[in-house]
Amino acid sequence: MMTLLDVAAIKADFPIFEKKMRNDARLVYLDSGATSQKPNQVMAAEQYFYTHHNAAVHRGSHLLAEEASAAYEGARETVAAFLGAKNDDVIFTKSATESINLLAYSFSNTATGRFALGAGDEILLSEMEHHANLIPWQQLAKRTGATLKWFGVTPEGRLDLSTIDQLISERTKIVALTHQSNVLGTINPIEKISEAVRKVGAIFVLDACQSIPHFAVDVAELGVDFLAFSGHKILGPTGIGVLWGRADLLAAMEPFLFGGSMIETVTMESATWAPAPRKFEAGVPNMAQAVGLAAAIDYLNAIGMDKVHDHEVTLTKYALDGLRTIKGLTIIGPTDMASRGGVVSFALDGIHPHDGGQVLDQYGIAVRTGHHCAWPLMRKYGVSGTTRASFYIYNDLADIDALVEGIEATKKYFKVS
Amino acid sequence: MELDSLYQEVILDHYKQPLHKGLSAEKTVQVHHVNPSCGDEITLNLLLEGDLVKDVTWDGVGCSISQASSSIMSDLVHGKSVEQALSILESFSELMSSKGSITGDEEILEDGVALAGVSKFPARVKCALLGWMAFKDAALQGRNEEKR
Repeated sequence: MMTLLDVAAIKADFPIFEKKMRNDARLVYLDSGATSQKPNQVMAAEQYFYTHHNAAVHRGSHLLAEEASAAYEGARETVAAFLGAKNDDVIFTKSATESINLLAYSFSNTATGRFALGAGDEILLSEMEHHANLIPWQQLAKRTGATLKWFGVTPEGRLDLSTIDQLISERTKIVALTHQSNVLGTINPIEKISEAVRKVGAIFVLDACQSIPHFAVDVAELGVDFLAFSGHKILGPTGIGVLWGRADLLAAMEPFLFGGSMIETVTMESATWAPAPRKFEAGVPNMAQAVGLAAAIDYLNAIGMDKVHDHEVTLTKYALDGLRTIKGLTIIGPTDMASRGGVVSFALDGIHPHDGGQVLDQYGIAVRTGHHCAWPLMRKYGVSGTTRASFYIYNDLADIDALVEGIEATKKYFKVS
Repeated sequence: MELDSLYQEVILDHYKQPLHKGLSAEKTVQVHHVNPSCGDEITLNLLLEGDLVKDVTWDGVGCSISQASSSIMSDLVHGKSVEQALSILESFSELMSSKGSITGDEEILEDGVALAGVSKFPARVKCALLGWMAFKDAALQGRNEEKR
């Protein structure tokens, strides 16, 4: 069944779609996996904050400080409700990358109890990780002497769980996985893995950058300990990210950034920390951006996350069907719709992704080309890069038709049959 | 189409039939360069005889621009002195940073002028420079080798 949103009505909220691209083409934006476009409501919320409430939060006794704090904490409530979480367990960062780095550094700053890492301990990742959920852990392993392990990826683009019993053991201290691959579109079976992780007492970190914007996620159901995502991929502003963590772990964990706002008492020699989330939010935070993120979540809630997901499933299925009619095109990632999101990567025989993307750009089609910050995965599939189309609420079937036609035109341009 | 200034016929010819591609056994120095923004890679072997660029061979993966540019570069510097080669490289760098304001000297750059259009596509300048920067690195290292 075709379940699509009213894209015309949605697009009316996104002024960027009025822009004329090269050769006066309309914008066919298929790069939401990199960053999403922003509706008027989000931009207006940021501007409203600056024009009516701007002040440093959690300090000052004037009206503006009070209003700014209420707006910022209100944004936290919106995020918490969206995740099925408690307010105090939601930490605002500047990005998902910062969220994961915060965690990795807090681990080595704490270094006791479940945060103790050393030689013989293991950090388990997967071959489909984005660099943001790979390099912070590589560095933590280097700092502590722990060993990196990883799940492989099957030729179909699924996580290879055949070795899960060997990979998750008493030595495993951290498991850090992506919820949905930014390259393959694969949605990983987190509930299934979290059971095994819990049994050995390891800490489970979920990179939810590519999942949170696209379908309903409830942190309690997933059974993970930490979850990170960025605001700019979910219709929100840049400069705002989220780290959610279990209350007991946040209480036990040492901070990563030190300074104002995160303290309880300070003397010249030492300081003690405020409780979470403040402990992890040193300095004046990105207030307007947090408010903008809340507006983005309100926007999605008004549509309904289930409808967002259905829309993207319809688009993705249509795209897979369309792309598979193109001779010489290979889909990199699952071709069945089970546990699969709205990201489609492909390679074209005889045409490098960069060259293909350049021709598509002439038709106003914005795709991502290259290694997608997932270099190890590219090596696994024996390609230097792919072309990636990723979908969101403002895409429709005509966008996918344009992509398929654009690829045919690309082949013609480079005289590839 | 604007695109035709980027993908001139001569570029596509070099892409399909690149010159000096395939690494030689003999070399003074070997370098490996990558373009971290797209993942393109090149390995380049440089054989020097005193100050003479005796042979340049390369292998790698990349888009048509990076492959064609490496092909053109390797052919241009063949048989030149290191100093001459670096001076050609200087002219090519100038062309690439010109944002379309100059067309390049065909006397110096030969087929390289076909890449002039690249300078109007800021995201592709790095593609065109990949092979050249690998050569520059190899030439500077190689010169030190020879001095030793």
